[in-house]
Amino acid sequence: MHKEEEQVLRFSRLNRGLHIVMIISFISLSLTGMSLKFSYTSWAVALSHFFGGFEATGSIHRFAASVMVIVFITHIVDLTRLKRKELGSWKELIFGKDSMLFNRKDWEDFIGSMKWFLGKGERPEYGRWTYWEKFDYFAVFWGVFVIGSTGFTLWFPEFFTRFLPGWFINVATIIHSDEALLATGFIFTVHFFNTHLRPEKFPMDIVIFTGRMPLEEFKIDRPQEYKELVEKGELENYLVEAYPPIVTRTIKIFGWTALSLGFFIVIWIIYAMIFSYR
Amino acid sequence: MVKKNHSKKLNDKQILRGSTAVLLFMLFVAVPVKTFGQDNSDCFGCHDDKSLTGTKNGKTFSVYVSEKNFTKFVHGSVPCIGCHVDLKDAEFPHNEDLKPAKCGGCHKSEQELHAKSLHGKAIARGDNLAPTCKSCHGGHEILPVKDPKSSVYPMKIPFLCGRCHQEGTKVQTQRTIHQDHIVENFSESIHGEGLLKKGLVVAPNCASCHTPHSILPHTDPASSIARKNIAATCTKCHVMIEEVHRKIIKGELWEKKSHTLPACIDCHQPHKIRKVFYELGMANQDCMSCHKVESLKSSKDNRSLYVDIKEYEASVHNKTACSQCHSEVNASHVRPCETITKKVDCASCHANVGEEYKKSTHGMLSAKNDPNAPVCSECHGTHKILNKKNPESRTFPTNIPGLCATCHREGEQAAVRYKGKEHSIIESYTESIHGKGLMKSGLTVTATCTGCHTAHRELPHANPNSSINPKNVAATCGSCHHGIQEKFEKSIHSSKISNAKNLPSCNDCHSAHKIKRADSEGFKLHIMDQCGRCHEEIAKTYFDTYHGKVSQLGYTKTAKCYDCHGAHDILSPSNPESHLSRKNVLKTCQKCHEGATRKFAGYFTHATHHDPKKYPILFWTFWGMTGLLIGTFVLAGIHTLLWLPRSLQWKRELAKRVKDKEKLNDENKEAENKEDGIDA
Repeated sequence: MHKEEEQVLRFSRLNRGLHIVMIISFISLSLTGMSLKFSYTSWAVALSHFFGGFEATGSIHRFAASVMVIVFITHIVDLTRLKRKELGSWKELIFGKDSMLFNRKDWEDFIGSMKWFLGKGERPEYGRWTYWEKFDYFAVFWGVFVIGSTGFTLWFPEFFTRFLPGWFINVATIIHSDEALLATGFIFTVHFFNTHLRPEKFPMDIVIFTGRMPLEEFKIDRPQEYKELVEKGELENYLVEAYPPIVTRTIKIFGWTALSLGFFIVIWIIYAMIFSYR
Repeated sequence: MVKKNHSKKLNDKQILRGSTAVLLFMLFVAVPVKTFGQDNSDCFGCHDDKSLTGTKNGKTFSVYVSEKNFTKFVHGSVPCIGCHVDLKDAEFPHNEDLKPAKCGGCHKSEQELHAKSLHGKAIARGDNLAPTCKSCHGGHEILPVKDPKSSVYPMKIPFLCGRCHQEGTKVQTQRTIHQDHIVENFSESIHGEGLLKKGLVVAPNCASCHTPHSILPHTDPASSIARKNIAATCTKCHVMIEEVHRKIIKGELWEKKSHTLPACIDCHQPHKIRKVFYELGMANQDCMSCHKVESLKSSKDNRSLYVDIKEYEASVHNKTACSQCHSEVNASHVRPCETITKKVDCASCHANVGEEYKKSTHGMLSAKNDPNAPVCSECHGTHKILNKKNPESRTFPTNIPGLCATCHREGEQAAVRYKGKEHSIIESYTESIHGKGLMKSGLTVTATCTGCHTAHRELPHANPNSSINPKNVAATCGSCHHGIQEKFEKSIHSSKISNAKNLPSCNDCHSAHKIKRADSEGFKLHIMDQCGRCHEEIAKTYFDTYHGKVSQLGYTKTAKCYDCHGAHDILSPSNPESHLSRKNVLKTCQKCHEGATRKFAGYFTHATHHDPKKYPILFWTFWGMTGLLIGTFVLAGIHTLLWLPRSLQWKRELAKRVKDKEKLNDENKEAENKEDGIDA
């Protein structure tokens, strides 16, 4: 095995699979939802017709939403498995070293990053998870909760108005719609930049699909994590072979598709906001 | 009363018998009697003898006069010499060569009229066929005119005149008589029927029109049947004919200008007057003698003057004579039509239509001699006018759009001068539900141009009398869509309910010429824009809701204005009868949302998050969400923008590191190689 092909495994198969499913679900939800939100634009009309009419669009939206909820639940279940089998306690899951929750290190990294951005320090030594990754992670929790709950209200208005006032449907519409705008806008700009478009990763980082990154890149990108693994002597446990080029190429095609759709959606939204906002 | 055995026609036998009797009288009176008496008894002394005869021109005949009978007749008390004036103071037996009896001694005016008449002049010429007084009235046994036995009793006059004026008589064959079958025709005419069959003694007989004594040819201006006198003659009986004939002939024309056609007899031929309308024939044939020539052209403008008689005969006017429409013809001219100065005026018969037309835009333009104005013939044609129920007719429903299109199609004369908003009218109509109904489905009951604009009263919509004036549109559409009109007139959009200005009428929502099926997708979407034209703000807020957004995408399976508010029966939601009143709103929601509850109906169907006073919850929710959105993007944006230059720098540094490392590797390799070399 050539040294350059030595890679570090960072994501489990399940998490990689969930992310792919979520991408498909999220883009479907964006396209179908935006076609209704921006119904006064010609691209929305075209999109709605592309999906086979507003009813079909609605069905796709609800199906994708259900998939998203399943992805979410699967992840929660996976977390309990993680706690049970690997970490052993809730405390370890929540406050442990590799917890997704914000901790002291994140705060230090954030301050360090700011200093670095302003030219007053070196690049912080990022660990297993960076603070912006954790932010994205919890943004999904927030989004699934806010968009999902209002979405269900809008899905079954007759049921929910048995105990909620009729105007709540109007409120739910605004929350659902604006939170969705925030989510799509954030994912397709900030997340895309943070993960794929920032110059050292440009045009995309496929680690979330392959689950592995070259050891050399890992050393530079996550120096803290590398250091810890070496200190513990566990690095060998995570070293794996690179995927054959055909797999990488397929993944890149998928990645490009997702990226492009995201960009298109952003452009359409900006177009609607600027030229025909109401 | 006329006896039943009086046949309709006088037969030859009867006439012969009558003629014989009169002839005997003539001979008798003409017999020279030798007498000198002045007294009647002196005359009867000889003439009361049945065997008394006289001779004249070698012929012998009886000169018997019954004294007993003579005294019973009108002249019974008149002395013999009062009539036989040449026997006054004569010796008896008097000279046999007597002059005819003199009636004019007493009947001076009749005598004078007779002398000037055709009959009198013929006598003066020595025409032995000419009738004298005696020919008609008889000799010694003259009865009063009112006596049914009198030979000049009204009922007997046709027989009396018919003695000479019927087919086969010497008068008819040897003299110039312009009419034929006079007695026959008369007896079949409405006048003859009244007189002879119905026993109406007031019905006209020969003398009623021709006068008893002043019989003159129609070419004589003094004649009662001269063209200019005919109206006066006929109106002796038909006093009110003007009233009856107003729509058919301009009353004034035929009486005041009686030298112009039509005079009574142009339509009602002299001896054939029937209850059924006059018989056609002569007049048309006269016209056709020239106008049948296909190459006939006007010397003025070279337009064809050819008339296809077959077209005319198939037309709805085939019972109308040429001269009835071309009324200025003058029969006394060689070319009767040379007196024509005006175009045909259809209103002389179609008076009501004519009045309507005059008030229409077409008519008003025509009155100004506008060259673009359509006159009757432009729509209806000329000689080939067919009933509008005939599919061949230019005014048959399926032909009307094409007919109107000749002027109203884009670019044509009417469309060019039109300054309103409606364009491509014909094309729009053809594609409309009415146009398709008519042209594709062949529904002749469908609204055509004239269905809404009327055939002859078309006016611009601004005119209050126009059928398409906003005030009248509902009624115009309601002439077919009556049920809708009833609903509409109870709605808040009707001027009968609301005092608001600019209320919509049918066409404001359905359009005028582009009317679509109300269940077509296009119409359903279009109608919301139509509502929004007036209800601007509320329409905007509708489009902020799910319903509005779906319909904006071009789908109709969602609540549109009329699904909730109703279409033609729209009422204010405050009206208990409204679909949106507290009483009805839930039912309205449940049309689509089966499980809807009272709370469900509290959904704002016209929600805007831009109105903090009306919808504070929505306003603050929206701004809360927008604040979150803006806040997130500002922070993330700053983070990203700051990161970008560092990241570029970082990339360059990494590239440098790689380079350095490779360099180092190469040096190491070289060193290794050297070491290997040394070792070797």
